[in-house]
Amino acid sequence: MSYPSIIGETVSFQGHNGDKGEAYYARPNKPGRVGGVVLIHHAPGWDEWIIETTRKLAHHGYATISPHLYFRDGPGSPDDVGARVRAAGGVADNQVVGDVSGAIAFLKSQPNANGKIGVIGFCSGGRHTYLASCLLADGINAAVDCWGGNVIVDDPKQLTPKRPVAPIDLTGKMTAPLLGLFGNDDENPNRDQVNRTEAKLKELGKTYQFHRYDGAGHAFFNYARGPAYRAEAAADGWAKVFAFYNKHLA
Amino acid sequence: MCSYIVEKAAMHGSAKGPSGWMRIDTANVYYDHPFHAPLDHALGIDFICEADGGRERVAVEISRESALELIEKIKAALATGDAAHDKAVACERISVTASQGDVANLF
Repeated sequence: MSYPSIIGETVSFQGHNGDKGEAYYARPNKPGRVGGVVLIHHAPGWDEWIIETTRKLAHHGYATISPHLYFRDGPGSPDDVGARVRAAGGVADNQVVGDVSGAIAFLKSQPNANGKIGVIGFCSGGRHTYLASCLLADGINAAVDCWGGNVIVDDPKQLTPKRPVAPIDLTGKMTAPLLGLFGNDDENPNRDQVNRTEAKLKELGKTYQFHRYDGAGHAFFNYARGPAYRAEAAADGWAKVFAFYNKHLA
Repeated sequence: MCSYIVEKAAMHGSAKGPSGWMRIDTANVYYDHPFHAPLDHALGIDFICEADGGRERVAVEISRESALELIEKIKAALATGDAAHDKAVACERISVTASQGDVANLF
């Protein structure tokens, strides 16, 4: 056998309000049309694990773009830029959705795009995935929410000008199938919030599959964060992600 | 790093950052998933100067136990320092008074 070749590079994309920012773009180097994936980074930022994960998706056959959602707060190392964004209260939901929309447009404009778009996000990116799959429903064919917290907002004080709406309240707009992966030891989202999210999806007749892992907490895919990483759960989770995308993005 | 909850403390002082010493006016304090420390949750402090744009920071990520230990040691250092400082000031006053007396005796 031979391993597939991929090409990975930093590119420019047009995000919210037409702002131009950086994104990492990795795709299979092979003939034929391929599905595209927008990878939404976690709250710590556009770091090395995110770039490696972008390449992993390309390795599995998907043209994948990871927009740097904090590019307006750079330059600097991912952790420094992430610290600035955190101190400023995070990024605004409408800005993220605009950036994701721009990333989708980037993928669809590629000559070998098959027109199918998946979204995957981790941590805050999981929440952004849920949000985007509601607000950009026409442009997304499959969504993967990896432990996105604050989809359900129990404390109204958590609703801010930057995050004015709880994503759960937008669920009716979602059309793409949703895959959710969660650790049962996670505090945000906790088990109850995951159960309530599932109940809402079920009530509204959405297509979804949720998988919960015992002995895993937040960020259990992330081998760069040793205490959080759970090898067995991560392997099973990735297998479910690729089975899901192979079904919906082919 | 999922909460965006940050406690801000006003500071007056300096910190040594990537470009050398800098003045600081703010400490952003949070308890969340760390970027680097091998912990599930960490107490993070970013010392920055918002007045200068806040582009550079001096950062620490420490365990909850370390943070509580640090609080106690800061209090202890201040108490010991205050006591030593008061003693030093008292000695200085005695010395100054004696010196003034010695000088007065010369005339």
